[in-house]
Amino acid sequence: MMATIRIDNQEIPFTPGQTIMDAALAAGVYIPHLCHYPGLTPNGNCRLCMVETGNHSVAACITPAVAGQEIRNNTPELNAARTAITQMLFVEGNHICPSCEKTGNCKLQAMAYHLGMLDDHFPQFYQRRELDASHPDILLDRSRCILCDLCVRASREVDNKNVFAIAGRGTNAHLIVNSPSGKLTDSAIAATDLAATVCPVGAVMIKEQGYQVPIGQRIYDCRTIRETGLQEHIDNKNDN
Amino acid sequence: MTSSCLHNSSDPPREHLLHRLYAVQRQYRHISPQAMQRIADEFHLPLSQVASVVAFYAFFSTQPLGRFHILFSNCTSCGYLANGENLLQLLCKQLQTSPGKTRTDELVSIDETSCIGQCDHGASLLVNGIPIAGLNSEKITQIAQLIATAIPLDAWPAHWFEIRDAVHRRELLLTTQPTPGSALRQALKQGIGKTLAEIRQSRLRGRGGAGFDTGTKWQLCREALGDARYVVCNADEGEPGTFKDRVLLRIYAEALFEGMALCAFVIGATRGFIYLRGEYRHLLPHLLTALNRHRNQGLLGVNILGHAGFDFDIDIVAGAGAYICGEESALIESLEGKPGIPRIRPPFPVTHGYLGQPTAVNNVETLIAATHIVAHGSDRFNSVGTPQSPGTKILSVSGDCHSPGIYEYPFGVRIQQILDDCGADDAQAVQIGGPAGKLIAPADFNRAIGFEDLSTGGSFLVFGQQRDLLTIHHNFAHFFAHESCGFCTPCRVGTQLLKNTLANIAAGRGSACDPKELQQLGQIIQRQSHCGLGHSAANHVLDGLQQFPQTFSSHLKQSFSARFDLDQSLASARQLTHRDDADAHLDNG
Amino acid sequence: MTIERKNKRKLKIATASLAGCFGCHMSFLDMDEHLAGLLEQVEFDRSPFTDIKRIGSCDIGLIEGGVCNAENVHVLREFRANCAVLVAVGACAINGGVPALRNYFDLKDCLEEAYLTGTGITNPQIPNDRELPLLLDKVYPISEVVPIDYFLPGCPPSAAAFLQLLEPLLTGQKPAISKSHLHYD
Repeated sequence: MMATIRIDNQEIPFTPGQTIMDAALAAGVYIPHLCHYPGLTPNGNCRLCMVETGNHSVAACITPAVAGQEIRNNTPELNAARTAITQMLFVEGNHICPSCEKTGNCKLQAMAYHLGMLDDHFPQFYQRRELDASHPDILLDRSRCILCDLCVRASREVDNKNVFAIAGRGTNAHLIVNSPSGKLTDSAIAATDLAATVCPVGAVMIKEQGYQVPIGQRIYDCRTIRETGLQEHIDNKNDN
Repeated sequence: MTSSCLHNSSDPPREHLLHRLYAVQRQYRHISPQAMQRIADEFHLPLSQVASVVAFYAFFSTQPLGRFHILFSNCTSCGYLANGENLLQLLCKQLQTSPGKTRTDELVSIDETSCIGQCDHGASLLVNGIPIAGLNSEKITQIAQLIATAIPLDAWPAHWFEIRDAVHRRELLLTTQPTPGSALRQALKQGIGKTLAEIRQSRLRGRGGAGFDTGTKWQLCREALGDARYVVCNADEGEPGTFKDRVLLRIYAEALFEGMALCAFVIGATRGFIYLRGEYRHLLPHLLTALNRHRNQGLLGVNILGHAGFDFDIDIVAGAGAYICGEESALIESLEGKPGIPRIRPPFPVTHGYLGQPTAVNNVETLIAATHIVAHGSDRFNSVGTPQSPGTKILSVSGDCHSPGIYEYPFGVRIQQILDDCGADDAQAVQIGGPAGKLIAPADFNRAIGFEDLSTGGSFLVFGQQRDLLTIHHNFAHFFAHESCGFCTPCRVGTQLLKNTLANIAAGRGSACDPKELQQLGQIIQRQSHCGLGHSAANHVLDGLQQFPQTFSSHLKQSFSARFDLDQSLASARQLTHRDDADAHLDNG
Repeated sequence: MTIERKNKRKLKIATASLAGCFGCHMSFLDMDEHLAGLLEQVEFDRSPFTDIKRIGSCDIGLIEGGVCNAENVHVLREFRANCAVLVAVGACAINGGVPALRNYFDLKDCLEEAYLTGTGITNPQIPNDRELPLLLDKVYPISEVVPIDYFLPGCPPSAAAFLQLLEPLLTGQKPAISKSHLHYD
């Protein structure tokens, strides 16, 4: 018989080596997440997937499932903490949805919808971060970056290019480009790379595609992040 | 240190990346993009890794620093405000420069940094990495004159650079020094099993504050599968108010090296590292000399004490200004030449540490205690302390007291006893274990130091009645926001929000809702963060709200104030329009 | 924060657009036939709909737009002082919105580009008449200047979202915006 964990009183089977997140997603149980993308090495930085087991709060995407674990996930307290964390991400960067090409397709925005977020709650940071429009096909707007590290991992693990890294401490943390000039155009990135398309927000974007899909037909006009989040997976050919 | 020109160009240099970067910075007073590229090539690393390391550590700069680079501590005990005047501003004024900027002639740059471990000597600074303690306005004026006339450091008054270690109370560890080699000889005589059993019987627990059982750690590391094993000494004592390791490293370095060799003997390691905080780099020459002396006595190196096959040696790696590297997995990342971002745990360092191999990371004091235990037996160690906390604890006492310095006590000592001993007559609060620890009020002064009550890495900050605790909270909040590694959202953003909220309250813009806001924010940071820094960063605020609510409420207004300085926000418009009429100003409400 | 309604008097609503585009006001008018029903229960005080200049005591204040200048601060404070319930309406009121794009630049650069160095400028000078409110260094969300009771996101919020806000408020209930009406663009 397969070992199981319980999430919000639902029995969920898992195989050794799976995280709580792996087991939950496989069973169709949604745990909110932004920095996790099945198929890439989990990283645990966004902290939206925090769940509770016993007296501990753990990030589901990096915590191994252990037989018999009782896990609380979809509770008012945890969703309130997730809302606060989402609000933190909103105020840290410049997330002005009406002026962003990613609107309607943005996971940060969709997460906020999912959590019923009405305002940013915290005072804005008004960060000014460097914009890199040097690449002919790809735009890097650091002011919208939520430091989820997905592009870093996608470039390293799937594209085999190692184009991105995160540098700096605290709120000075920012995305850097692995090229002599530090500019995207001098890096090995291509528009077809996973690193160019995996960005959950409007920080790394393919140029000249904005607003092509009319309002009403964009990803999160039609579906919730819960629905898309249960279906995502990257097949990493490098794993084989 | 290995010279970089000696190695074959196809092999990465054996020198540590942090040391290479330090050498470049020392020579050129900054690390340029070209230098980063050259180092990336030398070390066969991606340029982005070198750049992210340079950006992570506070002591590296991509902009040229002054020939005299001054870093004032901003700790509540050894900081530039410690004796009631702003010495940083004073020096900036006298040298006609401003904080964080290099003067245009590149003679001098002045900035602030986190605690530099001189808390027993009042306001302190580092000049080109060397500490000068006991600052006052006269000394600042003298320093300004020396810099203005470009007098080299070796011509500055020599006594300024003398470090005085005031040890006021000695117990087990500080009374008698075991004869160098006596513990190792005992270990070799009795074998690995008996040596480990002795450590286990002593029930020695980690002195960094977390209190993990040392014998268990060594055993787990010994049993873990791996190609190699490593001993790491965590000498990254960054908790503001701690300076015990400074004293231990200066006076008891041999006992530390021997403790590391004992650990190596038990777990089967051939290589060890002392990760020395960058603020203590000035101790490096002393430590390297002591290491050589130790080697010459046959206590390190190949076939230690003539024991065939017992090979072990120690490298010292100096950090470059990052409190987070005191977290053991961040420390290991730093040892590996990366930014100090705490790893995902499990796996723990005992099974997957340095280079993915089993690694025992121990505090300086823990390793010295291990030497005593093996040399003198666990019974003697156990004879003091409490059942859950055997042995003694070395405290770094500072703040508002007559006799700041080092105090060694058996575990179980009451806070009031310590206050009496150090001459703190009017303490309104004590911060046990530094900003990450616990803030306690007089009602709790009968509580005891020990893992079962008040656990501490050694920092003991006394705050007298005249102190405004809000200033202390703001100082601590600034510290955590500055030292957060930036990896996870609640710590990266939350510590900044805490700092901003406290700054607002201190500036008279606090509103009645702020205590509740601080409480909720503090709980999110504490509960949802990735590592110990985040878990503890809000402790002081949560303790303060509970123990000293008036600290916050006395600064609050009943009405709501704007969350920023409204009148200041019109300043640039006033300047651009040359207006200063009544309508060109706003009250802050 | 809810409204206590004594006898059957009409509730008073005031509205204002600060650093906004009046799009939220236009969307309010998109309630179409619902407006007729609404007007049986409410009357408008200070609002672009009435052209009343000074706000009196009101039950509900609706603020569109962020805070970009000194006059915005005065208006917002008057609203806060006179309205039992104050609502931030639309993206700009909530986080600055499109006008906050100027926060990427220093005010000096904005004004110099607009009045001194930009193309097609004759008689370059930065306006400094006392009648003109001074600009703040940034465009701020209104919640950073006064406390706000409710938030109605959207750019603009749809007419249906306005109804979801107002209908409960008129009967003394707390409004709740359904997720299907929740959008930031």
